[in-house]
Amino acid sequence: MGHSAKGILCEGLSKSFHRGAVTAVESINLKIDQGELFGLIGPDGAGKTTLMRLLTTLLKADRGNATVDGLDITEDYKMIRQTVGYMPGRFSLYQDLTVAENLNFFATLFNTTVSSNIDLIHDIYVQIEPFSDRRAGQLSGGMKQKLALCCALIHKPTVLFLDEPTTGVDVVSRKEFWGMLAGLRTLGITILVSTPYMDEAMRCDRIALIQAGEIMQVNTPQGIIESYPLTLYAVKAEDTFRLLQDSKAYHNTRSCFAFGSYLHLTFRGEDPNLVREYMEYLYRKGHDSLTINKIAPTIEDCFMYLMNSKPMTSTRL
Amino acid sequence: MSQATKVLFVQMKAFVAKEFHHVFRDRKSLLLLFGLPIAQILLFGFALSNEIKNTKIGVFNQASDSESLRLIERVEASQYFEVSEILKNAQEMEDIFRAGKAKLILIIPPGFGQDLVHADSPGADLQIIADGSDPNSAYTVTSYLQNIILDFQKGLNPAEIQQRDYGLVTELRMLYNPQLKGAPNFVPGVMSLVLLLICVMMTSISIVREKELGTMEILLVSPFEPLLVILSKAIPYLILSLINLTLILILSVFLLEMPIHGNLLLLFAVSTVYIITCLSLGLLISTVTQSQQAAMLISLMGMMLPTMLFTGFMFPIENMPLPLQIISHLVPARYYYIIVKAIMIKGLGIAAIWKETLVLAGMAMLLLLISWRNFKIRLE
Amino acid sequence: MTSDITIKTLRLSKAYGHFKAVDQISFEVYAGEIFGFLGANGAGKTTAMRMLCGLLEPSSGEASVAGFDVYRRPEAIKKRIGYMSQKFSLYEDLTILENIRFFGGIYGLTYAQIREKGKLLTAELGLEAQAHSLVGSLPLGWKQKLAFSVAVLHDPKIVFLDEPTGGVDPITRRQFWDLIYAAAARGVTIFVTTHYMDEAEYCDRVSIMVDGRMVAMNSPEQLKLQYKAGSMEEVFYQLARKAQRSD
Repeated sequence: MGHSAKGILCEGLSKSFHRGAVTAVESINLKIDQGELFGLIGPDGAGKTTLMRLLTTLLKADRGNATVDGLDITEDYKMIRQTVGYMPGRFSLYQDLTVAENLNFFATLFNTTVSSNIDLIHDIYVQIEPFSDRRAGQLSGGMKQKLALCCALIHKPTVLFLDEPTTGVDVVSRKEFWGMLAGLRTLGITILVSTPYMDEAMRCDRIALIQAGEIMQVNTPQGIIESYPLTLYAVKAEDTFRLLQDSKAYHNTRSCFAFGSYLHLTFRGEDPNLVREYMEYLYRKGHDSLTINKIAPTIEDCFMYLMNSKPMTSTRL
Repeated sequence: MSQATKVLFVQMKAFVAKEFHHVFRDRKSLLLLFGLPIAQILLFGFALSNEIKNTKIGVFNQASDSESLRLIERVEASQYFEVSEILKNAQEMEDIFRAGKAKLILIIPPGFGQDLVHADSPGADLQIIADGSDPNSAYTVTSYLQNIILDFQKGLNPAEIQQRDYGLVTELRMLYNPQLKGAPNFVPGVMSLVLLLICVMMTSISIVREKELGTMEILLVSPFEPLLVILSKAIPYLILSLINLTLILILSVFLLEMPIHGNLLLLFAVSTVYIITCLSLGLLISTVTQSQQAAMLISLMGMMLPTMLFTGFMFPIENMPLPLQIISHLVPARYYYIIVKAIMIKGLGIAAIWKETLVLAGMAMLLLLISWRNFKIRLE
Repeated sequence: MTSDITIKTLRLSKAYGHFKAVDQISFEVYAGEIFGFLGANGAGKTTAMRMLCGLLEPSSGEASVAGFDVYRRPEAIKKRIGYMSQKFSLYEDLTILENIRFFGGIYGLTYAQIREKGKLLTAELGLEAQAHSLVGSLPLGWKQKLAFSVAVLHDPKIVFLDEPTGGVDPITRRQFWDLIYAAAARGVTIFVTTHYMDEAEYCDRVSIMVDGRMVAMNSPEQLKLQYKAGSMEEVFYQLARKAQRSD
């Protein structure tokens, strides 16, 4: 074991499938402190689920090692299974059992009872309690999610793994769910949560941006934004699509992406005259009601910057 | 009970309760579970009862004494037979079968009455000759006739036959298909088939469904021992199978009037061994498949077909080429079929079936060992 | 806008018993328009979309798609629309070209047309080198771009996109929208659902469904003004949080 540290520690964790043909995660180094709400941010296929499954002892690493609350994921897998809570990506409760039956079943499985742990799940449980006799399959998406979270928390886990809990869920339910996570954070539970939605990153203490099996950057959301090395401009015009095309074609454009009704744009170089020249170019192209503002990047800007800058920045901590 | 076992017991109880919820809330699996055996028994029973009523029988009475006439009276009195031909010589036999005038011919030897009652005679030899071109019905009607003859024997003055157990010996000869021996007796066949189907298919599907739904992930990431997942899955289907067995037996006894000659307790005990063998087979399938469809396909193609082919309940194994005969030894239902026939029809005890029971138990152990080895404690 | 109307509904409803999955929605969509179809989980989006695609008969109300009545001419509608969803897109065990040939075939394209379109499409996406590799081996983002291109292979009048960019990385997501813009510029009507609120801003007009009813429909600019919101996410949140039902 060696580590008595709480939280999660990964060292050079690698995993591939189909006899090495598909690399799922490559040399993951990560240190997550006890009580931290840590976000794993990346698109589908980036390796989020594989990393979750490695840490929940569902998969065996090809190389490297990791500990969860000081327990080795290979040697001490049985002890890890006793202490962690896990909510897989799909809704993984018994649809033909009622809310109460699901809760009781998982409580018994973890050698506990619902009533003895009610304080931990109370805030979430009161919301699903009115439906306790309803079959889980007949609950709404948001309710299902709450039930799944209750089931994952029923045995007072010290570490909670949530694999894409908000995927396919509407904005309202997503907001609510992150509110619940914030509540759990105050109880000192270490939470590792993965999501493809970049805007959710801001709700985490720290995040890792993951793409193609590698971690591109680990930091606080603010830290990631501050480490964005370029000057970013938000541009707006009457015809967004034409603006996008003209800006992409502009010779001094480094990157240019649509962001809602705006365009996020960076230039080659940091010359202050670049903005003026660019605007003149746009006027010549016949754009009206142009605005351009220097803005702070979002996590998504940072993610795209990191995706595009090759070779990849160090994955070391 | 130690604390750890107590916990284990509570956990398993919760798991088994959950499995029962799954079964009873899914109308389709309920229908499969209880509809299938009922349908099969009724189907076979209906087909059978149509076949054996008023079968035409010819009699070649070479004795013409009072005992032989009483026997013929007895045969005619039963609802199954109708004496249509009285033969005068053995040569007529061929023509009667060719013309389809009778399915069976009963040959009573000269001096039948004498041989029957005298202690020093070797016994009375009756001969039944059947039209084997339809072996299944030939076998059935022959066995019915045999039963009538046995009844007849029991009704004789007990003092007369006290000297020996089998004063009456019937000799069975199948015309046109003399090799025919193991012909169907459908209740044991249906029992082996239905139990196999329920155990293998339902167990494998219910485990694989947890993989498909993703609940297996949660079960694995819990302190619950993976081996116990398997065990807890098996228990409900063991119970359901025993209920099913009872259902089949009740139907066959009361509806089809097929008595159980042997020990009922022994029948249930041995059936439990067979059910465990089938459950292990289902578990094994669940460890190598990832989707419910695959589990279903393997259960149906891999289990049902060989069982129907190699049990001896539809096709006589003895008539198969040697390689197929060897393969038939791998089919658990084959042994169970022999056991059930021995207990139910022949009324035999454990002494006659211990070998087959041992084979089944051995198979169960081996299959359980392989599935235990095969069961993945991770997702790979 | 005076352009042709390609989708028109009037009090379109679908009820299951007492449950009104879709409750009297009325709207018009114009040729070449990008129409965002938003709603909370269970608001009735999927049901409405199925009625418009001719897969589900409405309980009451009127609707015509590509000039055909959804009650009487669902088969005619199916020939003139394209459909793509996050879940089912293409056959993973067929190659790119085999998929193109298959979908071209079922929409009645000639062999020559299929060959020409196949070439054009793979060139556009930069997939010439992979034309003979299995779709299953492509990264998700490429699969979705390819699926979109295949959905518009037969030059449909309208293409229905059901959460086409779910889980796709941010760069590919934007490349996907480039494809959408290009198709719209060719006059194809785009009818799209999404959970990404920034994508709602890319639409010409957005409708928001809550509890089976259409509670808002306008351009993103107007909606933001109307609800005094800084982004479409805020607009959506204001409207959808009042929802009584979900899923």
